[in-house]
Amino acid sequence: MVPAVLAVLVLVVPLVAMVAQTDLLGLWDQLRSEPLREALWLSVLTSTVTMVICLLLGLPLAWLLAKVDFAGRGLLRALVTVPLVLPPVVAGIALRAAFGRSGVLGEPLLDATGFSFPYTTWGVILAHTFVSLPFVVISIEGGLRSAGSQYDAAAATLGASRWLAFRRVTVPLALPGIAAGMVLGWARSLGEFGATITFNGNYPGTTQTMPTLIYVTRQSDTDAALSLSLVMLLISIGVLVALRDRWLGTGTT
Amino acid sequence: MSITENTAELGAELHVPGRLDVAFSAEPGDVIAVIGPNGAGKTTLVHALAGLVPVTGSARLGGLDLLQQSAQERRVGLVFQDQVLFPHLSALDNVAFGPRARGAGKAEARADARDWLERLGIGGLADRRPRQLSGGQAQRVAIARALVTEPALLLLDEPFAGLDVGVATALRLELRRHLTAHAGITLLVTHHALDALTLATRVLVLDEGRVVQEGTPEDVAARPRTDHVARLVGLNVLREGDTFTAFSPTAVTVSLHQPDGSARLRWRGPILGVSPHGDALRLLVDADGQLIADVTPAAAAELGLSPGREVWLTVKETAVERYSALPADEPRRRH
Repeated sequence: MVPAVLAVLVLVVPLVAMVAQTDLLGLWDQLRSEPLREALWLSVLTSTVTMVICLLLGLPLAWLLAKVDFAGRGLLRALVTVPLVLPPVVAGIALRAAFGRSGVLGEPLLDATGFSFPYTTWGVILAHTFVSLPFVVISIEGGLRSAGSQYDAAAATLGASRWLAFRRVTVPLALPGIAAGMVLGWARSLGEFGATITFNGNYPGTTQTMPTLIYVTRQSDTDAALSLSLVMLLISIGVLVALRDRWLGTGTT
Repeated sequence: MSITENTAELGAELHVPGRLDVAFSAEPGDVIAVIGPNGAGKTTLVHALAGLVPVTGSARLGGLDLLQQSAQERRVGLVFQDQVLFPHLSALDNVAFGPRARGAGKAEARADARDWLERLGIGGLADRRPRQLSGGQAQRVAIARALVTEPALLLLDEPFAGLDVGVATALRLELRRHLTAHAGITLLVTHHALDALTLATRVLVLDEGRVVQEGTPEDVAARPRTDHVARLVGLNVLREGDTFTAFSPTAVTVSLHQPDGSARLRWRGPILGVSPHGDALRLLVDADGQLIADVTPAAAAELGLSPGREVWLTVKETAVERYSALPADEPRRRH
């Protein structure tokens, strides 16, 4: 009983303390400040674009992992999950090695198009995608698996191609898992800090998302950082409310 | 879809390592009851024909070998044991799924689907989701979903399993009508002797993945070759060397003392159980394996027949049927 109570305290006390210490009147001023509005907009924009990219790239990969039996499937799944356990700073360094101006892919890309990911909003989205995609893939794969292969078999005996069965049977049945995956990816992306700041720096309006803004604000103005953090807390609670039927209600994913 | 497309002969030789090793043939219009104990390979057989289980051999349906086609390409309809209706689609869209997948327009597919739901007496349930249907209703939707594609080969995997007796009886009568009208070949996996006798034109008895008996329902019911079928049809079957001896439980005389005379067909043993069977009481007696005997309730009371009691069973020589246990002399029926 005691460890359980301690666990709850560890999880809850910091959040309550944060709310208690926040100057709620100052919060209103913060909400109207230009840096916050820019950073909040950038966070929401990059997280949403990331979510869409994760869906487009992640759904086919999740389908492959869930429904197709091929050699090396276990290895592929392991590779996909590596970013889950990788420290985000390391992810940023790895992204630099690949997509930096002198990176393995970054240099040819720069030579060919004059475009380079780091220090751009696309760079933020790339970093977000790198850290969020595993969540999305694993969650959608779970959704596709729980939908059951017997429905695919039934669709096949009725003359449906794999693609038709995927569109009309597999995806609709896995929709709860797909939706959960998208929200997870969006939330993970919204909170991303380490990989983003390592790969993209911290430029207001281009690469400064909410977490990086909070980090730099904290160095000069603790009260402002608290207010900004409260905004993030409210968004997190909003995500939880959106997912309540899935996790708080039935306990299934 | 022309008539010729869904009337074709089937000649199948199927081999699934460790699970199935069968050969059989069928004519258009045949309804083949596939019976056998659990694990005999019945579901494997229908899933192999539907393309859901890897299988070697051949299954010629008309000019084509089914095994060379993917599940999607086969003109085979499968009614799953647990229906597997798409839970997110209405009954109507479940049935319309097949025609849509095979290229029909939405309106045409839905019209066909509605027509089949009407034919199965559930036109009023078209908009219901599967979870809003009873077991019998869901099974009707599943049957409509398979029949609407006019398959040359219809596979029914225990369509009455899990249904209430009354519901199953009604559905059985209705299915009989549709199977008679169905021009193609039907394979009906069943656990029920009644299905084999009332719905089938032929019976295929499977055991441990092999065909152990094949024939008309009357023949299989009168001369079973396996204990499983004997129990299903309610016959006593004894094997002596290459000969089976079959007799009805109603032909058995039960007495408490050793009967007079020299009847060779007599056994002694304790009663294992007594259960009502129609107007009679059915005794299960532990003698030469397990034998069943039907007695009137009056006789049972008079003799004090209850579990544990030692009894003598006799059967008149004229009441038994003897037949060869060698499957080779079992001629295949031809039209």
